[in-house]
Amino acid sequence: MVKIALVSCGTEYSGIQREIEKAANTFGGEIIIPEIDLDYINESYEKFGFNAQSSSLRLMVARAMSIVEGKTQTDAVFIATCFRCAEGALIRNEVRRFIQDNTNIPVVTYSFTERTKADELFIRMEALTTTVARKSILAREKQEGLTLGIDSGSTTTKVVLMENNKIIGTGWTATKDIIGSVDIGAKDAFEGTGYGMDDLDGIGTTGYGRLTIGKELKAELIQEELSVNAKGAVYLANKQKGEATVLDIGGMDNKVITVNNGIPDNFTMGGICAGASGRFLDMTSRRLDVDISELGPLAMKGDYKKALLNSYCIVFGIQDLVTTLAAGGSKADVAAAACHSVAEQVYEQQLQEIDIREPLIQVGGTSLISGLIKAVSETLGGIDVIVPEYSQYIGAVGSALLVSGIGKRQDK
Amino acid sequence: MVKVAIIPPNSLILSDLIERKGHEPLALQKAVRKKVIDPEIDSPPMNITEEDPIKGLKYAAIEVPSGVRGRMSIIGPLIEEAEAAIIIDDAPFGFGCIGCARTNELTTFTLRKRGLPTLELKYPKTRDETVDMVNKINKFLDSLPSSNSANSTDSQEEK
Repeated sequence: MVKIALVSCGTEYSGIQREIEKAANTFGGEIIIPEIDLDYINESYEKFGFNAQSSSLRLMVARAMSIVEGKTQTDAVFIATCFRCAEGALIRNEVRRFIQDNTNIPVVTYSFTERTKADELFIRMEALTTTVARKSILAREKQEGLTLGIDSGSTTTKVVLMENNKIIGTGWTATKDIIGSVDIGAKDAFEGTGYGMDDLDGIGTTGYGRLTIGKELKAELIQEELSVNAKGAVYLANKQKGEATVLDIGGMDNKVITVNNGIPDNFTMGGICAGASGRFLDMTSRRLDVDISELGPLAMKGDYKKALLNSYCIVFGIQDLVTTLAAGGSKADVAAAACHSVAEQVYEQQLQEIDIREPLIQVGGTSLISGLIKAVSETLGGIDVIVPEYSQYIGAVGSALLVSGIGKRQDK
Repeated sequence: MVKVAIIPPNSLILSDLIERKGHEPLALQKAVRKKVIDPEIDSPPMNITEEDPIKGLKYAAIEVPSGVRGRMSIIGPLIEEAEAAIIIDDAPFGFGCIGCARTNELTTFTLRKRGLPTLELKYPKTRDETVDMVNKINKFLDSLPSSNSANSTDSQEEK
């Protein structure tokens, strides 16, 4: 059992204690509550220096202090505070930094509501227990041997072939039949390399279809996207040390992952509104009659302020863009407005939920749309956004990298 | 006998003083006890489930954090039931606490808004202040009627 210390302001008052425990148990974790006496609470928060008004937040600080000072033995820490509580959010982030700066214990944070269910916590708990159980694998910074990484996403399947820390083949296809799509992607990745499936030292899978594909191909590593994408992003961007934020605006959902030394510690995933996804840009490019690959350069030439866009909605937003075109607006301005709309909505709905840490590494298929990168940077006050080479293959690269730490399949 | 709401709502000392004077303290522990002796425990340790923060919407809007609404779902009915109140401001958590500053603010305000006979005191810092606080509480409790006609008693506020 992986011991996970719960550091929170009172999950029991939101009726989600059982959900947290259920999520931890599902992935071999056990929730423990650091035991604290009253005097230690005062001593801890005075030492910490944040004079929180809420006593439960002072208790959180004391529990974090007991972990840092070794009074509580734990393998991992789950920090949670109420969603929409300003004081809770401040303490949550400061306590997270405090534990990370003073220990090597993996931390995941979350802001909860009464609607939080175990399923929403699964990916975080899986990432947390993985970080503990597979520490040596996640510490890998260099790919060795010949490995295949497969990212079976909801929209596309990406395959990457790596050899001795270099990407030597890639494959990209729409996800239809899960196994069939992998076959197509793998064929493209192997093409021209002289290698085949029998030559591989290891196969790693991630994404929605990871379990099915992993079972079919007897993969050495089947891993959730949180750890894999975080690792892939910092590897490709050469930012394996220190803090970073990984942003993936996907075709159907968006992920934002904050990373400390290559290990993910917070994560938010959206998927409520298509207007905040790559699908909105796909529809815009169709309406403008340009290929999606041309939308980015077109948007770079435009000014989003010149196009009227009153709605984030994929239906009403597109209608607004059509109205702008009908009134004689330029395609470039419309493309820029669409990119700005997606960036702004991702910012308002997701990026504000977690603390953005520079550098911001943008990955996934939409990271190839230059106009969107510019819009994200502008929305975040002009920060640098890094788009590494092969950013669209992030999950596959992460899988190929991580699986190279697990023995050779030919030896089995 | 009068039902007396207390802040902090789980203060054992206040509960004891009230009981000694023959009144009924509306303590959080009793409300929690009712929840945990239900035949089915849905959500240990206090059996607050997803439904409770939704019940808390009666006292705080949806944009208020779920932890505040969850706490209010237990404390709110106690305030509604109250016929008198004792509020101790700036109490340390050893005296009793609900853990959340926003909930403290809301419960105190909701109680004040009811216009009940209320004794409001600052937490004592010295022995003399402590003796004075206990005397004032006892005097206040003595002034409350032994029957349920508390509203006839004047409101007191001392700081």
